[in-house]
Amino acid sequence: MEQRWTRKDLLSLEDLSDWEINLILDTAQEFKKVSQRKVKKVPALRGKTVVNFFIEPSTRTRISFELAEQRLSADIINVSASSSSISKGETLLDTAKNIEALQVDLIVMRHSAAGAPNFIASRVKSGVINAGDGAHSHPTQALLDLFTIREKKGKIKGLNVSIIGDILHSRVARSDLWGLLSLGANVTLAGPATLVPREFAKIDRVKVCHNMREAVEGADVINLLRIQHERQRAGFFPSINEYSNVFGLSKETMKYVKPDALIMHPGPINRGVELDSSIADGSQSVILEQVTNGLAVRMAVLFLVAGCLKND
Amino acid sequence: MTEKNSWIIKGGRLIDPVRGIDEIRDIGIMDGFVADVAEVPSSAQTIMAEGLIVAPGLIDMHVHLRQPGKTAAETIATGTFAAAAGGFTSILPMPNTSPVADTPASIEYIRAHALREGVVKVLPVGAMTKGSEGKEMAGIGGLKKAGVVALSDDGKCVQNHEIMRHLVEYSKSFNLPILDHCEDEILMSGGVMHDGYWSVILGMRGITSAVEEMMVARDVILARMAGWKIHIQHISARESIELVRNARRRGIMISAEATPHHIALTDECVKNFDTNYKMNPPLRSEDDRQAIIAALKDGTISVIASDHAPHTETEKLVEFDYAPFGIVGLETAVSICLTELYHKGYLTLSELISKWTKGPAEVLGLDIGTLNEGMPADITIIDTETEFVIDKERFLSKSRNTPFHGCKVKGRPVATIVNGIFVHNLMS
Repeated sequence: MEQRWTRKDLLSLEDLSDWEINLILDTAQEFKKVSQRKVKKVPALRGKTVVNFFIEPSTRTRISFELAEQRLSADIINVSASSSSISKGETLLDTAKNIEALQVDLIVMRHSAAGAPNFIASRVKSGVINAGDGAHSHPTQALLDLFTIREKKGKIKGLNVSIIGDILHSRVARSDLWGLLSLGANVTLAGPATLVPREFAKIDRVKVCHNMREAVEGADVINLLRIQHERQRAGFFPSINEYSNVFGLSKETMKYVKPDALIMHPGPINRGVELDSSIADGSQSVILEQVTNGLAVRMAVLFLVAGCLKND
Repeated sequence: MTEKNSWIIKGGRLIDPVRGIDEIRDIGIMDGFVADVAEVPSSAQTIMAEGLIVAPGLIDMHVHLRQPGKTAAETIATGTFAAAAGGFTSILPMPNTSPVADTPASIEYIRAHALREGVVKVLPVGAMTKGSEGKEMAGIGGLKKAGVVALSDDGKCVQNHEIMRHLVEYSKSFNLPILDHCEDEILMSGGVMHDGYWSVILGMRGITSAVEEMMVARDVILARMAGWKIHIQHISARESIELVRNARRRGIMISAEATPHHIALTDECVKNFDTNYKMNPPLRSEDDRQAIIAALKDGTISVIASDHAPHTETEKLVEFDYAPFGIVGLETAVSICLTELYHKGYLTLSELISKWTKGPAEVLGLDIGTLNEGMPADITIIDTETEFVIDKERFLSKSRNTPFHGCKVKGRPVATIVNGIFVHNLMS
């Protein structure tokens, strides 16, 4: 029996079962072809309205969503924190209710507070797609990572995936983790102990380590997370220079990396910090393919979620 | 003696931990005072309390009444209505109103409103530093004259140990215990929930147990140095409890209270981002919760207090990060504790009632919380067996911010009597 998508929201990969993740990835596979055509547009979301509701600034994710919406022929409105009434003191819920009152079908939401999309999704009829909430979740980023791994490796089950960097503050790490575990991978979380909470090790098939060689040896996929300068100022590590010397992926550390391991990064990359510039551009890097796949994955998510809204 | 002011409470099980009483015994009331049953006129009205617990009026040592400053959430009047409904005959409002209750005039304001509009006894707590800013000592002598029963900067914590040292010593001169909200503000660092497995999973800023533990350790040291009382408010972490247990063994004047929500709930509850699970100190791990229950049993924690913290729905209906800390508790405390502590077999009824009577009386050094003849007839009658579902819409508090709405509980106060007058009555 064919399993059908039934959720009006996509909030976190933690909620999804493996077949739901695979359904998104399979759908994305089809949509990837659309972007390779001469006419890069399909009428799948014609007549639907999507609001890109970005309370936290974002360029990459917003552009990717916007383009995905355009290629599906949706009507689009962009609302950012400064252009919304939130700066005038309106609550988030009131702003969302106003958007809903305009008969908007989908709200793509980015917010600096963990759980904000969950809070809104349970209170509006519109579908809500989480485009990143604080350090909690960023499901479409994880889905595009899974898509890229599956495309390159042919499978995910049994792979060893190492995620390296600022795990503590990373919604990408938290989302990748659930997706990878759900599809059967083993996950290593690595970085300085100040940025890799040991509580993660309580989860089955998750390992925590603080040593780069240990983190990369035997890994089939290495996902490097962006390190933010403000973390150094907050005292999590002594300097960007030391971080890159100890926890950056250098040419020297590459000696321990399997020759067929994928090098990934959610971007934007700090060249010479998380990874050596030549590695970012090297043959094992799939960083730009992740961007391409992000578009296909977001088209798939928009399509599936729009397909089960109540007014259909 | 007018007969209409005379009552006999008949056939109830009297539990009075201060006097070590737990037996079926009748209680007489004449003109608002506890009286010998033999002296009560035969025409006195009778209250049949068979199958019910008759206890000294319960005392809640930690509430917020929000007046002056935030009367949309609660007033002195509505706070006392909620207390009466919850079985409390005396409450201690914390001074973190706006402005802060740090002068005799502000204490007189509270007492005047309580007397005029309130239905239970309001025992005011004064701020120990001006504006609770932790910098300059408040006029403690003047506050004492105005009628405060304790000192607290609740909601904040004096960070400067030298200032705290002087505060403990100075308050000793007035026999005023210090009620301390233990929080290292730097370690707190913007946290919104317990720092542990669930904060890591949810990607939320953690409040480590050390935030509390650091200041509990400091307070143990300063209480020892001064030879005076510090009462640790809303203790939440296993490690802090261990410090208190050890200090009490050594005879240091440290006491501690726990809240019903720390007794009943854990940090896992936060996973749905419901802001009615956001409070400070935060809900901690199951291990911490077990430590609290064990400490209630062995006496390390001698007080249960609600930390009743009303907030309007508008304030709470926001992103978890931006919601204010705190939940209401006066109207659910007794039911939650009967359900979680008595019916689950952790505490006897006498041990439980002690946390609202003998415990507070000892911390405050006051002759309250017991039913000696001649004392004001402040009495709480409890039905331990009736099951019901908590409905926040029935609260008398102005606020509804509770995580216990819809919870099935067993047992509740059925009558609250203050100075011989029924202020809450579910009995026939």
